[in-house]
Amino acid sequence: MDHLDWLEAQSVYILREAFNRIDKLAMLWSLGKDSNVMVWLAKKAFFGHVPFPVMHIDTEKKFPEMYAFRDRYVREWNLNLIADKCPPVEETDPSLPPAARSAARKTLGLKNAIAKYGFNGIIAGIRRDEEAVRAKERVFSPRGESGQWDFRDQPPEFWDYFNTDLPPGTHLRVHPLLHWTEIDIWRYIAREGIPVVELYFARNGKRYRSLGDQDITFPVDSNANTVEEIIAELETTRAPERAGRAMDRETEDAFERLRATGYM
Amino acid sequence: MRIVIVGHVDHGKSTLVGRLFHDTGSLPDGKLEQIQAMCERRGMPFEWAFLMDAFQSERDQGITIDTAQIWFKTPKRDYTIIDAPGHREFIKNMITGAAAADAAIMLIDASQGIQQQSRTHAFLLNLLGIQQIIVVVNKMDLVDCDESRFDAIKNEYVRYLGEIGIAPSFVIPAIARDGDNIMHRSDRMGWYRNATLVAALDSFRSSGELAHLPLRLPIQDVYKFDDRRIIAGRVLSGRLRVGDRLLFSPSNKSARVKTIEAWHAAAPQEAGPGESIGITIDEQLFLERGEIASHEDEPPIETNVFRGRLFWLGRAPLQQGGAYRLRLQTREVPVIVERVEAVHDPDALSQCPAERVERNEIADVVLRSYAMLAVDEATQNPKTGRFVLTDGANILAGGAISMRDYPDQRRLVTVKSTNITAVAHRITAEQRALRHGHTGGVLWFTGLSGAGKSTIAMAVEQELFRRGYQVYVLDGDNVRHGLNANLGFSPEDRAENIRRVGEVAALFADSGQIVVTAFISPYRADRRRARQAAGNGFHEIYIKASLATCEQRDPKGLYRRARSGEIAEFTGVTAPYEAPEAAELTIETDSLSVDESVAAVLAYVERNFRKTR
Repeated sequence: MDHLDWLEAQSVYILREAFNRIDKLAMLWSLGKDSNVMVWLAKKAFFGHVPFPVMHIDTEKKFPEMYAFRDRYVREWNLNLIADKCPPVEETDPSLPPAARSAARKTLGLKNAIAKYGFNGIIAGIRRDEEAVRAKERVFSPRGESGQWDFRDQPPEFWDYFNTDLPPGTHLRVHPLLHWTEIDIWRYIAREGIPVVELYFARNGKRYRSLGDQDITFPVDSNANTVEEIIAELETTRAPERAGRAMDRETEDAFERLRATGYM
Repeated sequence: MRIVIVGHVDHGKSTLVGRLFHDTGSLPDGKLEQIQAMCERRGMPFEWAFLMDAFQSERDQGITIDTAQIWFKTPKRDYTIIDAPGHREFIKNMITGAAAADAAIMLIDASQGIQQQSRTHAFLLNLLGIQQIIVVVNKMDLVDCDESRFDAIKNEYVRYLGEIGIAPSFVIPAIARDGDNIMHRSDRMGWYRNATLVAALDSFRSSGELAHLPLRLPIQDVYKFDDRRIIAGRVLSGRLRVGDRLLFSPSNKSARVKTIEAWHAAAPQEAGPGESIGITIDEQLFLERGEIASHEDEPPIETNVFRGRLFWLGRAPLQQGGAYRLRLQTREVPVIVERVEAVHDPDALSQCPAERVERNEIADVVLRSYAMLAVDEATQNPKTGRFVLTDGANILAGGAISMRDYPDQRRLVTVKSTNITAVAHRITAEQRALRHGHTGGVLWFTGLSGAGKSTIAMAVEQELFRRGYQVYVLDGDNVRHGLNANLGFSPEDRAENIRRVGEVAALFADSGQIVVTAFISPYRADRRRARQAAGNGFHEIYIKASLATCEQRDPKGLYRRARSGEIAEFTGVTAPYEAPEAAELTIETDSLSVDESVAAVLAYVERNFRKTR
């Protein structure tokens, strides 16, 4: 078993636990590289099937390439897609800085979808290496009645025993990619031949390393044109992955505040 | 390789992590400046700990609340660092981090020496099953880089670790803040010539021994998305190949592996530890989540009772008699804490008896379930030998299994011959009862050695015989000379001894006789099996006397020999006695004389067995 095999086996185990233990389950599909890997892992876990809906919380501000990708792979992967639109920015917390406020629309959209469909488990493709606050997450992470995350008192989780039971009115976030790193994701994409949106590949000396809404996501300098070149670039770079995501560092605790109130 | 860093609060864990990152060139661009800016805003000197203490609240309080993970690489390989909080309040987070590690770094502040958490964490690492350990004596500059101070701490700590069963691979003097003996040798401590921390880490191996253990594959789920019925699960240990015959425990069903299924990959022919797989089998068996598949010649132990050493994380204390949910891999069953045997004090390396276990304490308990479980001893298999307890929502405890004094019940419940058919008698129980004047049945005496079982049994037999009853006593020592002459006194042999007596007694009862058995028969599970063998004719009679009374009587001198250590496992002294929960009759021989006791049994027999024509 090599490193990628181990990562895959761990994710498959987590997805199968979630499917067995949680009755109303959905997977977030942001159309980015990580969530494509996550859909792929679900097909590995369930032998070609994705036995729960995938949910795209639509800000209506994604790149056109991303919508095209979504419409193609919903069919090719035989996915049960839920694509509800987010509420307007006026409904978000006005005390947040502007980019974070824009991102907070997604939190609200997610909250609405959870209420509308009655989900009690949401699979999300966050990774520990993306951001220091996410590094503290559990694999099965409970959320309060309004979706908030009590990071000061998280339940213990060890030996691959997850806290899978939850009180009524709350829901679980399940994080099957928590133990992966950015370069693991790309190496797995290369090994398995998983499709990704073309925005990740360089055009005119720029490429997107992380994809979000058009107005708060910026490309980085790069000439990496293929998955292999991206891997080679990541092996040497020391720039952080989310450098192009404005909302993370407007203020020192902007991202922590977003997450505490329910952001992915 | 996954490394956990533990140690007493403020002994410099986060600083060590920052330094490791810096020295190995693993820091992302801008991170150093970001931390510098944070420190300047707070008007304090540069603080490495901010790298991992990313939470606002941690930055303000200056302690690590939760476990976090980050990555660095040496020229040899990639590492994941799990930073675990040292503060006592956050021990559940320390365990969450440490349980996933292949190796541990234990940090000690040279100026403060060994503290409470240095001991507790070491005790926990041992319980978690982490074997590869490096001790770093940090902040050596605070003791002027003095070799004798280092030696004193080293000797004291190595001695302590030895007593709890840990042999550290390295003990390294270091100054994490400045990088001395982290990646590079220290000029200030030329007297230390052994490995730096990075060199010590690089010398460790990732654990690979699970492949050599017997196969264990717990069923996680059974899928029927299409025409295949796929049994899904993760191989914990051993190897599984297409064509292997599997035994599923505790249902004791067996079938052959037909295929190992896969999507977007060639169907594998075999699978090993860590792999999440799906198999199809050659028979239509009803199998559920929680069963453990093994090979037939190396099955797990079957039991409904075991000893566990656990760490308790619940807010409310664990209570003797308390009911919890046990999770053992994918199996989940209700259990009762039958006994709290001891609570450990890692500081004093002592244990004391208790009826409850407070938060963050480590204790030895006996757990009992109604359902049969498939388990292993923790020393035999680190995966199926460990369990967690929950309250139905959150994980409250984790523990390691010991089967000391408890038998494997597998062969007691397994019928080996399959081509047997029961033949019906032409004489009914009613006809027998009419002839004898009473129904048949078993008077199953149970109680401590010296409680009076044999004495009362023999007197009851004599008097019932005089009154015209068909009666016979099966006594411990007598049976062991013949029927059970091939059995010793191991837990398994004791259980088999009782199983045979139960079956023989059932035959006696079936023939219309009253049989009195006089065996300590300390385990409820054994007595329950004897009850199942005899059916409605089974009457459990508890011959009850306090241990003190029995020890004072000591008719065969056995207690004296047990106390002196001459007899190893003696019920009531060094082995458990499980009193009946609902005996049909209890005879208190502390207060009743032999004659009164006999009279009570006789009255019971007259009430329940006499058949008037």
